[in-house]
Amino acid sequence: MKVLNFTLMPYRSLDVPASKNHRSAWVVLPNTFYDPEKGAQDYESYIDLLAQSEPLGFDGVCVNEHHQTAYGLMPAPNLIASALIQRTKRIKIAILGRALPLVNNPINIAEEFAMLDNMSRGRIIAGFVRGIGAEYHSTTVNPYFSHERFHEAHDLIVKSWTQPGPFAWEGEHYNINYVNLWPRVYQQPHPPIWIPSQGSIETIEWAADPSRKYPFLVTFSAREAVVKNLLAYKAQTQTYGYEASPSQLGWAAPVYVADTLEKAMNESRAAIEALFNDYLTLPMEMLLPPGYTSVESLKKIIATKKAIGRGGFGGPNQRQTLERLMELGTVLVGTPQSILAQIEEVKEKTNLGNFVSMLQFGTLSNELTTRNQAMFASEIMPHLQKMD
Amino acid sequence: MSDINSSCQVGNVRLHLRRGGQGRPILFLHGAGGVSEWTPFFQKLANNHDVWVPDHPGFGLSEDPALIKNMSDLAMFYLDFLDEHAPKEGFDLVGHSIGGWLAAEIATRNSQHINSMTLISSAGLRLEGHPMGDIFIWNAEESVKHLIFDPLVQEKRLNAQPSPEEAEIIVRNKFTFAKLAWHPRLFNPELKKWLHRIKVPTQVIWGEHDGLIPKSYASLWANALKTRDCTVLADCSHSPINEKPNETAQLITSFLGKHSS
Repeated sequence: MKVLNFTLMPYRSLDVPASKNHRSAWVVLPNTFYDPEKGAQDYESYIDLLAQSEPLGFDGVCVNEHHQTAYGLMPAPNLIASALIQRTKRIKIAILGRALPLVNNPINIAEEFAMLDNMSRGRIIAGFVRGIGAEYHSTTVNPYFSHERFHEAHDLIVKSWTQPGPFAWEGEHYNINYVNLWPRVYQQPHPPIWIPSQGSIETIEWAADPSRKYPFLVTFSAREAVVKNLLAYKAQTQTYGYEASPSQLGWAAPVYVADTLEKAMNESRAAIEALFNDYLTLPMEMLLPPGYTSVESLKKIIATKKAIGRGGFGGPNQRQTLERLMELGTVLVGTPQSILAQIEEVKEKTNLGNFVSMLQFGTLSNELTTRNQAMFASEIMPHLQKMD
Repeated sequence: MSDINSSCQVGNVRLHLRRGGQGRPILFLHGAGGVSEWTPFFQKLANNHDVWVPDHPGFGLSEDPALIKNMSDLAMFYLDFLDEHAPKEGFDLVGHSIGGWLAAEIATRNSQHINSMTLISSAGLRLEGHPMGDIFIWNAEESVKHLIFDPLVQEKRLNAQPSPEEAEIIVRNKFTFAKLAWHPRLFNPELKKWLHRIKVPTQVIWGEHDGLIPKSYASLWANALKTRDCTVLADCSHSPINEKPNETAQLITSFLGKHSS
């Protein structure tokens, strides 16, 4: 199994009680809550923490894109990826991902990934996502055309990476006379493309298609939903007439490990509860704007995702406790043995081949993150990396 | 009222159509919430008029053809509708909210089958410094508070339990609404400069306490259309047709009487 290290880069100095006077920590939370001095410290710390992943033995590091929120300070994740390229030599750098429909010219994304691929001599993994619903509020892009734009932007980017330029792109949403990437991508035929998702039917069908076989990464979900979605992906590959390889199946989850269960819970509780209750506050209207999902997919999401955020899923003002999140398996908190057992259980059911551990989350301090990363890397990761 | 419901064909698109009454024909263009029944407003209007109320493509029980991607497409589609279905004496257009916006988009393109235009709480223009409410970010409680004036009616709306069929239509209407109006939000930046092409008599009706499109938009429209027929109704928010059905219907009938050919 490949193991990658990830943080969302939350703004840790958020004045949480005052933030509760606003609809959400996304889109509408005034940016006067952001103190540049404290934010600059966070950026420095997060880059240092991720850079430690290489000496600790991880297979890769991950960054991702979110806009106008205290939940994650990476509206331009490629800038962080670029910094990490300079701080590492061996490991993969996964951008999970760029939100394709949110830009008006997808060639910008193709070019940036091509630059990173050259600068890292082929260590880039290109994640493609649609962005979450709130980002259709912040960018003004029409959610009704989200799927169409995603698919067309994907087709355009892959063609720009694999076909000699210049060529003309004559599309529905994008029309470009000269597509001619300088630089070309370093990896051949192109950087690996991963699809992080919370499990929409359309996404699974599309990613598993034999012409793509894109690794599917289930993020931030209860264990039951992780297993269900990975099995749905596997079933889809069988429908297409092939067996999914482990490298096509991934899971991303917050992890906190300590010598005893009690210690792990005590040290992680505030940070995990902040993540799920204070940073991930998304009312339904912001999370799922009209057209962002199909009607059918919307019903499925509402039925299975009971574990995310105040006011979004799980009912208004119903606080998600650490105990509840552990019981659901949305977070993995405990001793090395208990966490390993939980990952092994999902491995047995799904044969997943990629595990993305989120070892800094919410308000977790540098000190605790450093300890968490070191213990995960020495006590858990070697066992995972030995699994096929 | 089983005779109210019918359907009509425009090209190869089937539209659900409610139609009732006799007299000078009115084409009513509904807002983003669609039309769920033959309300008192339509009953009142039908006393004096032959009232046509189609569900727009993608709304209610009408088909949702892929060819309609934006408000411009919808306006062109309705020009087809008018060519195929307008009575020889033509229609008086009445549009509510995005239906008002649609009426203006149609009439700027071609008024051949149009005798007059009444806009009620209409979307379609932007008044700088007077932002509309963000209807896509509001939850159910906020929506009724902003869209309905009477607290008792707000409460009644919040407690309504839609059937599964009705719930499906509510979602469908929202999806199509987003398709047409998400961005630019509820308006067309190019519309205002072409409104002078509308030569037929026009009327503007607004609710004093409109919580979505403020009443300052009433005079914006009246000035742009160069009409003096502009009425702001007291104790009324964004839905004069439901909140003040009799007064609104009376305003339309009087206006049409004044401009009878």
